[in-house]
Amino acid sequence: MNVLLDYLPEFRDGFLGTLAITGSSALLALVLGVLIAGFRVSPIPPLRAFGTAWVTLLRNTPLTLLFLVAVFVVPQILVPGASPFVLATLALGFYTSSFVCEAVRSGINTVPLGQAEAARSIGMTFSQTLRLVVLPQATRTVLPPMSSIFIALTKNSAIAGAFSVTDLFGHSKLLSDKGYAIGWIFLWIALAYLVITFSISALFRVLERRMGVAR
Amino acid sequence: MSEVSVTKNAEGPAPAGDQLVVLDNVNKHFGALHVLQDIDLTIKRGEVVVVIGPSGSGKSTLCRTINRLETIDSGSITIDGKPLPQEGRELARLRADVGMVFQSFNLFAHKTVLENVMLGQTKVRKTDKAAAAKKARGLLDRVGVGTQADKYPAQLSGGQQQRVAIARALAMDPKVMLFDEPTSALDPEMINEVLDVMQQLAREGMTMVVVTHEMGFARSAANRVVFMADGRIIEEAEPNQFFNNPRSDRAKDFLSKILHH
Repeated sequence: MNVLLDYLPEFRDGFLGTLAITGSSALLALVLGVLIAGFRVSPIPPLRAFGTAWVTLLRNTPLTLLFLVAVFVVPQILVPGASPFVLATLALGFYTSSFVCEAVRSGINTVPLGQAEAARSIGMTFSQTLRLVVLPQATRTVLPPMSSIFIALTKNSAIAGAFSVTDLFGHSKLLSDKGYAIGWIFLWIALAYLVITFSISALFRVLERRMGVAR
Repeated sequence: MSEVSVTKNAEGPAPAGDQLVVLDNVNKHFGALHVLQDIDLTIKRGEVVVVIGPSGSGKSTLCRTINRLETIDSGSITIDGKPLPQEGRELARLRADVGMVFQSFNLFAHKTVLENVMLGQTKVRKTDKAAAAKKARGLLDRVGVGTQADKYPAQLSGGQQQRVAIARALAMDPKVMLFDEPTSALDPEMINEVLDVMQQLAREGMTMVVVTHEMGFARSAANRVVFMADGRIIEEAEPNQFFNNPRSDRAKDFLSKILHH
């Protein structure tokens, strides 16, 4: 009990930090994931190959390893001086994009082929067909796995705390180093994560219900 | 209806602009199956060509090659003098001029009937919304489903859906309309409402390629009947001649099976 009250500002900063890193990498993962899914179903072979390579590489690499690359290698060769927050967003966003891509692709595959054929027949380009006809109809199928992916992302964001990003997990380490009972710290931290993950579940439930009516 | 006599063996150099769709020595395989074999077919502007034949004869595939929903292995297809380009923007532009009506309607399930007919106009032709909506409503009235404009496709009967699909294709002002078994998925009582719309189109001079099992339509609306079997065009003739006096044994056999019951 004491820990929470004594260090409320720290808990708050940690909570907001986790929220920020989760939000920014979720956005990045969503944009990249949909784009790469488009690549993977594209009629252009090099794009398809790029998409497959992207997913294979990122999905099969341990996230901690990606963090090591992002924090120690990327600043050396690509973006010198990038903040830990940006680097962590890159690692989490790229990693999660591979899962988003596969969820979106499975959604695309549930849309009957005739829909895309009809769109192409009235002269739509590939990207128009995807954006205007296929993806809107895939969304409903994609929502449930997407909710799981973003919950996993929230929890994965704890790794960022170990790479000097301000977040819940980082603060828990700080406080336990100060000698507070680890059990209580973990309890409060866990509850804070639950607030975020339950909110994600609720958000997706609302989205699913709304999509269900729209058809 | 006008007596457009189609002298298909006119070997003389017909004016090039008159030939809208030309298939020249087209071949296609599905794996080991040689589904289109040395297909030569010329469709003139304003002509209604009905393709009939037993199932598996390649007639649907033939229809789908014309707007390159199916690729071909060899030969050439030209539309209005332009050879079909590779997949890409140019092909998309060309497809906008070729209307297609599918057996399974394929209306956009997440769009209303009106939006279905507007989408191609606004996104491909870049027509402004108001003009597109006006044209869409006009076309929906013309095919007799004007009152359903704000419903979703799933709320319509099959016959209504197919008429919307025809309106959606017409909204692009196509040079030629392809019908791939447009009535095969319909309940019997809905077939005529779709055929009536097609008859009307034919009378108005639309160039049409129709793959169908509706012999009545072939007789009354076609300028020419193309009979296919086993991937080949076996016979091409004016409908009266084809139905009353087929030349090939294969066609005689086919007609004897479908016309007597």
